[in-house]
Amino acid sequence: MAGKPVIGVLALQGAIQLHRPHIEAAGGEYLPVRTAGDFERADAFILPGGESTTMLKLIDAFGLEETMRKAFAEKPVWGICAGAILLAETVRNPEQKSFGLLPITVTRNAYGRQLESIQQEIGGYPVSYIRAPVIEAVGPDVEVLAEREGQPVWVRRGSAMASTFHPELTLRYPSPMHRTFADLARSPLPGSKPAGPH
Amino acid sequence: MTEASGNIINIKTGLAEMLKNGVIMDVVNADQAKIAEDAGAVAVMALERVPSDIRKQGGVARMSRPELIEEIMKSVSIPVMAKCRIGHFAEAQILEALGVDFIDESEVLTPADEDYHVDKNAFKVPFVCGATCLAEALRRIGEGAALIRTKGEAGTGNIVEAVRHMRQINQDIRRVLTLDEAELMTEAKNLGAPYELLKIVRKEGRLPVPNFSAGGVATPADASLVMQLGAETVFVGSGIFKSEDPPAYAKAIVKAVAHYDDPKMVLEASKGLSGEPMRGIDIHELETEQRLANRGW
Repeated sequence: MAGKPVIGVLALQGAIQLHRPHIEAAGGEYLPVRTAGDFERADAFILPGGESTTMLKLIDAFGLEETMRKAFAEKPVWGICAGAILLAETVRNPEQKSFGLLPITVTRNAYGRQLESIQQEIGGYPVSYIRAPVIEAVGPDVEVLAEREGQPVWVRRGSAMASTFHPELTLRYPSPMHRTFADLARSPLPGSKPAGPH
Repeated sequence: MTEASGNIINIKTGLAEMLKNGVIMDVVNADQAKIAEDAGAVAVMALERVPSDIRKQGGVARMSRPELIEEIMKSVSIPVMAKCRIGHFAEAQILEALGVDFIDESEVLTPADEDYHVDKNAFKVPFVCGATCLAEALRRIGEGAALIRTKGEAGTGNIVEAVRHMRQINQDIRRVLTLDEAELMTEAKNLGAPYELLKIVRKEGRLPVPNFSAGGVATPADASLVMQLGAETVFVGSGIFKSEDPPAYAKAIVKAVAHYDDPKMVLEASKGLSGEPMRGIDIHELETEQRLANRGW
């Protein structure tokens, strides 16, 4: 795709607007996404941080599941924290529904509660882990882009990407992760097809 | 609020950012917490009595029993908040030791100190505090609050005070935006607000931390109203579990917040509520000393 990719941020709940300056600095156009029409307009999607249980209830309440499944099969998607949980094939603590787009196993709140939230650098860029999940296992074709204490925290397979940390809370634009994702939005890679029904 | 380095939102306010565009519900036991979570609450506030019961029963309202908060923490996967009395830093220390995700230094409980609030910078756990105007919000942020909410008038089911406080904060911010650099220090003196924080407000055009609404939300329309006035998330205290159909009201308010600026969606959320909302109190029936918003300074 030439020019500015439209990067949609799922705008049902969570840290939505913080992505705007990152997306714009990475050369994309920011679009909050809430309706089926919005999903058609966007070239790529960020599932933001927030509460995964709340997002699941709202996706269900507004009948968005099929629209999202279709959109994610065709276009790049990046799940952050709660969003990573929505993309994972397997979710624990507790088990919950997900889009199963990335063959990873994720345990919710695995570092503990808010008192265990921390900030750390990835390649010189500070990021925040807030009541973060842990990626316990990844499928063989999943590329690990960053680790914390030997566990993957930033992964990618084809055009599907997940991070357990929040780069959007850092006010230095764009974050390396938003830059990577904007590149993906410009030239999507194959392999983001759902791993199977969930 | 940004850290000294100025390039990252601190970890306490970071959690508040994650709670945006959501509903935080008061719950008094694990069953209610499950109902709240199932309805899509982003967090629950664990307490022994909802504000309308505190109002009715009177007496000294204190921090809840630790066992009750613990039971609620075990029953849900979403963040759990709990209240301490204004100025009661020992209650706050206990809540931090318990591992709650957020502490509300709340005017709903009986104040422990009529002059001083808790030094929230001394804690690792984030705090939310009530405010009725910009200056009060900035004093609390100066003490370390990671999140501000309107005080409203808790336990009344009456939105009028939350609206008053939200509008007041908005008006105060707009006024600060009209001032030039030389006028800012005098404004800080007149308001009783920290100068450095006032400078941030003038630069950013908003509070340095997220601004939620609390106190009197009882219907999907109430939630939409305060969100349109600038609230970034809604606390619902008595409004859910004092309605005639708590699960239905909880779900309806969650849906209304997600599409607060789309009247058709708020209409949809408002339909099919078979039970009545909480009955509510006319604010003019309350004596000055019965108004919880007057607690704190």
